[in-house]
Order: sequence, then structure tokens, then C-alpha cells
Amino acid sequence: MTVTSTRIAFEKAKADGRAALVGYLPAGFPDVAGGIDALRAMVEAGCDVIEVGLPYSDPVMDGPTIQAAAQQALEGGIRTTDVLRTVEAVAATGTPTVVMTYWNPVERYGVERFAADLASAGGAGLITPDLTPDSGPEWIAAADAHDLDKIFLVAPSSTDERIAMTTAACRGFVYATAVMGVTGARTTTSDLAGPLVARTRAATDLPVGVGLGVSNGDQAAEVASYADGVIVGSAFVRTLLDHPHDRAAGLRALAALTEDLAGGVRRA
Amino acid sequence: MTTTTWDADERGWFGGPEHGWGGRFMPEALVAALDELTVAWQDAMADPSFVAEFEAILRDYAGLPSPLYFAERLSDKVGARILLKREDLNHTGAHKIRNVLGQALLTKRMGKTRVIAETGAGQHGVASATAAAYFGLDCTVYMGAVDTRRQALNVARMNLLGAKVVPVESGSATLKDAINEALRDWVASVDHTAYLFGTAAGPHPFPSMVRDFTRGIGDEARAQCLEQYGALPDAIAACVGGGSNAIGLFTAFLEDEGVEIFGFEAGGEGVDTPRHAATIHAGQSGVLHGARTYVMQDEDGQTVESHSISAGLDYPGVGPQHAHLAATGRATYLPVTDDEAMQALALLSRTEGIIPAVESAHAVAGALRLAAERPGQTILVNLSGRGDKDMGTAIEYFGLGNPDEVTEEPVG
Repeated sequence: MTVTSTRIAFEKAKADGRAALVGYLPAGFPDVAGGIDALRAMVEAGCDVIEVGLPYSDPVMDGPTIQAAAQQALEGGIRTTDVLRTVEAVAATGTPTVVMTYWNPVERYGVERFAADLASAGGAGLITPDLTPDSGPEWIAAADAHDLDKIFLVAPSSTDERIAMTTAACRGFVYATAVMGVTGARTTTSDLAGPLVARTRAATDLPVGVGLGVSNGDQAAEVASYADGVIVGSAFVRTLLDHPHDRAAGLRALAALTEDLAGGVRRA
Repeated sequence: MTTTTWDADERGWFGGPEHGWGGRFMPEALVAALDELTVAWQDAMADPSFVAEFEAILRDYAGLPSPLYFAERLSDKVGARILLKREDLNHTGAHKIRNVLGQALLTKRMGKTRVIAETGAGQHGVASATAAAYFGLDCTVYMGAVDTRRQALNVARMNLLGAKVVPVESGSATLKDAINEALRDWVASVDHTAYLFGTAAGPHPFPSMVRDFTRGIGDEARAQCLEQYGALPDAIAACVGGGSNAIGLFTAFLEDEGVEIFGFEAGGEGVDTPRHAATIHAGQSGVLHGARTYVMQDEDGQTVESHSISAGLDYPGVGPQHAHLAATGRATYLPVTDDEAMQALALLSRTEGIIPAVESAHAVAGALRLAAERPGQTILVNLSGRGDKDMGTAIEYFGLGNPDEVTEEPVG
């Protein structure tokens, strides 16, 4: 299977004069098959890049919404191999698909083995919320060997030197965590996001995606006015959590939210 | 500060990056704060006025140095000379006060106004609340909901000292989840908040910084042993959860090749069962809470829930310097079961009139085992905390305190 860099999706969106929509769900939520159906629904309704979360027992950067979904997946017995199976199913749609994971499950699986299996599943790369490039030489080497994207995070507290170091190690896009806090939908926007994107752009030509607690099209439009990508996670998770006993209704709501967000990134 | 081969390098790796113990596996959002803390800690430790102020507070407020006590009746019973480093006599009843007073003094020096902490048994939370009151800092303590219930007395103590206690319901609702929640708070509050990390684990510089603030245990004990007994001990022993009291004791003796070093982990209901917290004995290399160390984990790298009768040892990771000491063979880590620890607690209580914390009772139990193998030798045990907080555990375990029953004459 040919691996597609996420950068291709960002370039296509840019050619359309818009930002890319990046959608996240943890694998195995509500179960493995249900998660695949949900991610495919998000692709069909307009996500340009998919992030498949690897549920982890100690998710330091996640807020209560995503942690609840990850916990449900873990209680359902999700395994790392199920995450790779989910990637394979979603990547088969042709949409660039990355894994977002805390570091220990990758180390335990074997860094080289994980890179090889992710690449053969058609995965585009990894987002690593608790691995910075200066702590991740083994992953950088494995990713390079398997032609995978390395998506590291920058934060409002990052110095210019660290932004330069981080972006130099990134491939695909740069993930800007534009609030100081954990994941979760927010009603107010951050005044830290714009300056962070500007500082990041000064350091790299790579696209910059912003994760900011976006939960609707208007917020997506606002973020899309200054960023190359709008990253949405908690709002998708919340939509499924709100429909625990009716999968079809959950998928319809998920598609509707995706369409709203996809409309947002197009009217910025 | 002297640098030895046992120290971490400037990036926080013990034994060098090729061995990979320690380091910093943390969100980028916290890197600036950890860098700021590293610089502040190194500057402070090189500043004689900071060190003098720290030592004065330990002396005048915390009651240090703690005595080194020859436990004669216990020694007679077991056939070896048992020396107890009486950290249970410190203000707030444990070695923890050293660490928090150091970190809180550093917080003041950095100009921050709020501290957060996590706690398992409640000892670190109580110590943090105490230090916050002493220095006039706001204080929030995260504690697993399971632990707030089994350590209700310590929750009340923290409240009385002016701290806010937040029960954490996520995950296994124990210490590791309290750490996760405290880290989440810190990401959002780092500009004005310091995280008083409770053990010698976590990302660089916490393992080294906590060791620096607790190393007085060993420095004092080593000097006291030479002065009072004219020789170094043959062996030293401490309990190991995250490992702060142990690293505090061990550090002074690392270069003394004739001194054997033992850490005793929580063997719970037995290391052949799933219910224990013997991380070095039964864990594998992994990354937890920002450092590479031994971690109790399943084959997918998910942290496994640990168990110990002692909430303070109930942690599925361990400080990375201990991983390094174990891997190099400089220290030996062995499990002690819940039952062994409780029997040691009873024996020390009845022979010496000292009720230790259940954590510390693991070290005592380990020392009793060593004594049987080393008749006539001197074994120095860190009695890291007192047992008042564990009376509920003791009452339940031994079936004590029924007002309608006449207590039996103690054996021995």
C-alpha cells in the first residue's frame, strides 16, 4: 500500500484556498468496528486527514471527554494491533491517516516494528504528544526509514529555539497546541493561537494545524483564517458519547458535525 | 553539589542516554517550565545562602537532623545490630518534609505563588500543605478517590492546613492517576504554579532535584553512624515505592563499596499474583510520568494497576535512578509482602515502642530478612515515617481496638 503524507492533503486544501480539516477519534470507541465506521463517516463527510488515537491508560494531555472514550476502548479490550487494523481500514479510503499516541505503547510494541507495521497498514505517520524530537531519536530514525510523517507539537510556551528545533524534525505538518491546557471543546477562543502560528510559520514551510477546542463551523472558520489546518477531537468524541445506544443516530450526528466543520474551513 | 558517576547527565539520563533511564518524556507545553525549574534548582543548590536557609528551616522547623537509634531489643531478637534512622520523628511524621520544604523554598525563589501536589498515602500531601502554609503559598493536592477514602484523616489534616484536596476518579483512582491530574493542572497553570513532585520519579529534573532535597537522610545517617559506632554499616535498607526516602538514604553510601544497598518493594499479596507493586522485580522498561524506568505494564504498554497494603508504595513505576542502580547491580531490590510488612510493624511496635508507617515496615521486614542472613552485622534501616496515619490499616489487619475485648498479652 502506498503511504500518503499528510502534507499532500494540506497542499490540496491550500490549492482550494482553504484550511484542511483534521478529525480525531480514539480507536476502539465505541468498539473496533464501530470506530472504523465512525472514522469512515468522518472521511465521507469532509475530513481531509484522520487522526486515530491509541487509547492509553495514562493520557496526561487529554481532557475528560477523550479520556472517557479511551477508557471505554481499553475496557473493551482494545489492543495495539486493533489500532493498526483501524488505520488500515481508514487509510484504504485514500485519506491520509496518522496515529496519535503516547510514547510507551510504541516503545513496548517495539519502535522499529511499530513503524514497519504502521507503514504496511498504510498509515501516514505519528503524532506524539509526550515525545519531543530531542527525546525521540529512535522514532525519528524509524520514521525516516519507513517514510512516515513525524508530527511533533509546539506550544505557546515554546521558545523560538525550540520551535526551530521541533519544526526541523517534523514531516507532514506541525501540530500547534494553541492553548495551555488539556484537550476539550471550549467556548472561548485563545489569543495565544495566532501568535504561535505566526512564530511557527517563521520557522518552517510546513503546514501548521491548530488544536484549540473547536466544536462548530464558526469556530473552525475563525481558526482557518490564520492556520493551515483545524484539528478537532473532543467534539467528535462528545457526539458519539451523546448517542450511546443508537449507533445510526451517532453516525448521522457525526456526519452532520463534520459537514458543519468542513463548511467552516471553507468560508474562512 | 558534587557530581558522581551515579548522577544524571545534563539531560537527565542516568547511566547515559545509551542506557536510557530517566530523561524527559513530556508534552512540549511543559518543557519550558521544566527548563526553568532545572536552571532555578541548579542555581539554588550552588547558592550558599539558599542552602543555608534550607538547612536552617530543616533544623528549626522540621526538627532535623533526625536521630540514629540503636534498636537494641529488636537487635537482640534478630541477632544483628539494627540501626534506625528516625525520619518518623520529623515534623509531619515522615522524610517527605525535607523534599517539600526544599521545593517550596525554591518556589518562593522563583516568584511563584501557588503549589500543586499529588499524594498517595497522604504524607506528601500533608507535607506539601504544611510547607505551603509555612511559606504562605496557595496549595491544591490531587489524591486518588480510593486513597481519599482510605486516608480520610490525612485529607482532614490537609484541609486544616488550608489546602484544597481534589479526589481523582479517573483510571484506577490511585496515586498514578493523581499524578496525571496534577500534570494536567500544571499545563494550564504553569506561569504561576510550581508542581511539588512527591517522589524521585517523573521527568528531569525531578528525580535529581528530589534526591538533592532528601539526601540529607543518608548524609546525616552516614556521619551519625561513624560518630556513634565508629564504622559504616554493613548494609542499608529502605522501602521503595517511587523511591524518595530510599534515594535520600542511598546517595551518601553509593561510593562506599563495602556497604550493601537494599531497596524493598511492595510485594503485596505476592509477586506471583497480580496484586503487588514490585516494579523493579516484576516490571519492564517503559515510560511513565515523563521518565524511562521500570513500569508495571501489560504487553501493549498499558500501565497495570498496582496493589499494596501501603498506599505510599502503591505505584506502578519507580524513580529512574533506582532503575539505574538496579541495572548496574549497585543496589539490590527485593519484594516484601503485605503480611511480612505487617508482622514487622507489630514486632517493631512491641520490641521498641515505635509504630512505623506501613511503608517503612517494608524496610524493617526486609532488614529482618537480611539479619537472618548476616548474623552480627550492622544494618541501617531508614524508618521513613510514623504509623499514626496507618492505624486504620492496623486495626483492620490485626482486628484491634474492640472495646469489649481484653487485649491479649503481647508475644515476645
